[in-house]
Amino acid sequence: MIPELGHLALILALLLAIAQAGFPLAGSLTGNRPWMTMARPLAYGQLAFVAIAFAALVQAFLASDFSVLYVAQNSNSLLPDIYKISAVWGGHEGSLLLWALMMAGWGAAVAAFSRNLPLPVVARVIAVMGMVAIGFLLFMLLTSNPFERLFPVPPEGRDLNPLLQDFGLAIHPPMLYMGYVGFSVAFAFALAALIGGKLDAAWARWSRPWTTVAWVFLTIGIALGSWWAYYELGWGGWWFWDPVENASLMPWLVGTALIHSLAVTEKRAAFKSWTVLLAISAFSLSLLGTFLVRSGVLTSVHAFATDPERGLFILLFLCLVIGGSLALYAWRAPEVSEGGRFDLLSRESGLLLNNLLFVAFTVLVLFGTLAPLIYEAFNLGKISVGFPWFNKMFLALAPFLALLLGIGPATRWKHDEPWRLTKTLWIALALSIGMLALASLPAISGGDQWVPIGIALAAWLLFSHLTLVRERLKHKHGSWRQAMLADFSGNGRSFYGMVVAHLGVAMFIVGVTMVSNHEIEKDLRMSPGDSHEMAGYRFEFLGAQKVNGPNYRADQGHFIVYRGQRQIAELFPEKRSYLGGGMPMTEAAIDAGFFRDVYVSLGEAVGGGDWALRLYYKPYVRWIWLGAGLMALGGAIAVSDRRYRTARARRTAPTEAVAAKA
Amino acid sequence: MKARQKRLVLVGLALIGVAGATTLALSALQSNISYFFSPSQVMASEHPSDAVFRVGGVVVPETVARQADGLTVRFDVTDNAAVVPVSYTGILPDLFSEGQGVVAKGRIGTDGVFYAEEVLAKHDESYMPPEVADTLQTAHIDGIIEQTTESLKQ
Repeated sequence: MIPELGHLALILALLLAIAQAGFPLAGSLTGNRPWMTMARPLAYGQLAFVAIAFAALVQAFLASDFSVLYVAQNSNSLLPDIYKISAVWGGHEGSLLLWALMMAGWGAAVAAFSRNLPLPVVARVIAVMGMVAIGFLLFMLLTSNPFERLFPVPPEGRDLNPLLQDFGLAIHPPMLYMGYVGFSVAFAFALAALIGGKLDAAWARWSRPWTTVAWVFLTIGIALGSWWAYYELGWGGWWFWDPVENASLMPWLVGTALIHSLAVTEKRAAFKSWTVLLAISAFSLSLLGTFLVRSGVLTSVHAFATDPERGLFILLFLCLVIGGSLALYAWRAPEVSEGGRFDLLSRESGLLLNNLLFVAFTVLVLFGTLAPLIYEAFNLGKISVGFPWFNKMFLALAPFLALLLGIGPATRWKHDEPWRLTKTLWIALALSIGMLALASLPAISGGDQWVPIGIALAAWLLFSHLTLVRERLKHKHGSWRQAMLADFSGNGRSFYGMVVAHLGVAMFIVGVTMVSNHEIEKDLRMSPGDSHEMAGYRFEFLGAQKVNGPNYRADQGHFIVYRGQRQIAELFPEKRSYLGGGMPMTEAAIDAGFFRDVYVSLGEAVGGGDWALRLYYKPYVRWIWLGAGLMALGGAIAVSDRRYRTARARRTAPTEAVAAKA
Repeated sequence: MKARQKRLVLVGLALIGVAGATTLALSALQSNISYFFSPSQVMASEHPSDAVFRVGGVVVPETVARQADGLTVRFDVTDNAAVVPVSYTGILPDLFSEGQGVVAKGRIGTDGVFYAEEVLAKHDESYMPPEVADTLQTAHIDGIIEQTTESLKQ
């Protein structure tokens, strides 16, 4: 009964979404105020019904109702409760429902936190979000109903893919989807502005915090996915350039370009059409990502067993969204006025270069991801693009980006003088060159050219941003700490957010450089009692024994890791067989540290108590995710800036007055 | 500098950037792609002898044998038409098992054995890499000796 209620709730949500897409928009075009005011209640209603559907599915999982096909496929009565909940989005249908829930959630959030926006703008934004929601709800109802019944009812479910029975993966998809779907808000704001023909600094200021929040979620989602792949897959890698990873990276890259270009639009009213184009692209790439994951057109480690019908639906939806929004763009964008002018040396130019680099990299990633399809379409053979290619592209662009990242924020808007910039940054430059020399010493670089470059670039980011903070506080009263605190609680949040995020980039660069060039990985056969020495660590293998988990049996290895004579860690890697499904699973054991991880994963028992296994030494690998965490934190700090709130408060009075008159 | 000139400079820079990126991307692509061949095509010597390529199919049951060093594994891969022996040193992925679809990347030795640098099996049990699925169908249709009509590497 409850699954049918869930199904019904989805249908009702679709009807509300159709109303949400229609009335407010029509109202905003004809000046019909009652129709416009329908936007908010409709958005709340859609959220309520999708939430009911979602709760129904959660209930089916918790109650292990195997008469529901999706539950039977993705759960098992032995599964711990926490994973029963995360199993809700462990498969295709449920993850779509999660997506729809978030879509409705963002819509309701826009409705709730836009009290101070002009009503026509709110109506249009919510209407556009309703259109996107229609697409997803229809997709679910037509091709992937999570509430489909199964008869006869199986006594036991097939179990959740063991790889997904993990805390990191329980929260990775929700974060990622929050990001993907969050870009729909930026998209909706952009389309609303195009429809209304009013693209101005106020528009940028409204859509900026939404875009940044979506970007923060996406950043966290990608970082979690990378972290999960690192410890769960047991390959010790943190990024594989897999099509699905690329699918999440592309919206992130364009989203990053977008938050920077929005800054220009807000401060200088320039780059307006470009910003709109980026907002459209970021969301379109999110959809493209979904298409790539769901349709199975590309070979990927993430691919679900797929269904061509679904692929076709998403492809159609994708064409409709991209085609429709670009057509609107082509029709309306020429009317957008030119923004403020700027000189060649100015912050605008710096941000323009930033945007070009990010977009160039996106295009390269897109090309590399789709190259196998292109080759096949032209009958050139079945190829795969190896990750060395992506690494090469990344290394070709990233250094310029990092170099620019030190200069850009120090540059003034509109016009700057080369000598002033040099005077500001020469200390940072000198220190970074010092770091370059230091890191070039063979003892540090290990003879690799990229190590000193990476470290010098990270140092450059650190020192240039410290310079920025010092410059900002130079004329303030009190000690630098007091000044900084006062500044932070005053209007400085977006500035400090930027500094934190950019320092995250520096940290990320150090992590990537060190782990790529200094990691050690070794496949070995070890007998109980054997030791192996690697990177100054001695791994002693004491043997393996059988252990039982709640829904699996495992062989558990026992290792002691020594540094010199000192024991630093005891590691218990496992090889698990889940009772629900036959496939074995490696649970790597990791001793995590700020400066290095040591990592053991079991391969196979090779007879006589011996095991084939893999040892890893991963220097600075945590810095990759900590760096991403800092970027996300920076975004969160920036969003909390007072100006987003005060600006709205200021705008409240006149808007209401105008609305009342209308 | 006038606005017009400035715009020209920017457009010029962008064009140079695009041209540079394209050249870089395409030239690097040539050395970083690997083609896929089915066991039948390998048997028919359609594969390159000096380059890394991928071969995929199903692991023939009861052919997986571990060598004396404990790390090297030998197994046969088939598309139901031809068989290629594969040798791999290292830890195999969890989903590797007899009867499963795999894709191996490496090069072929003078002894006719495919020496894999990398063996891929997928996350999901019911998932079959598309290339492998295609190969199996082709092999069924074309019978045992007939090779695929699809022209691959030109």
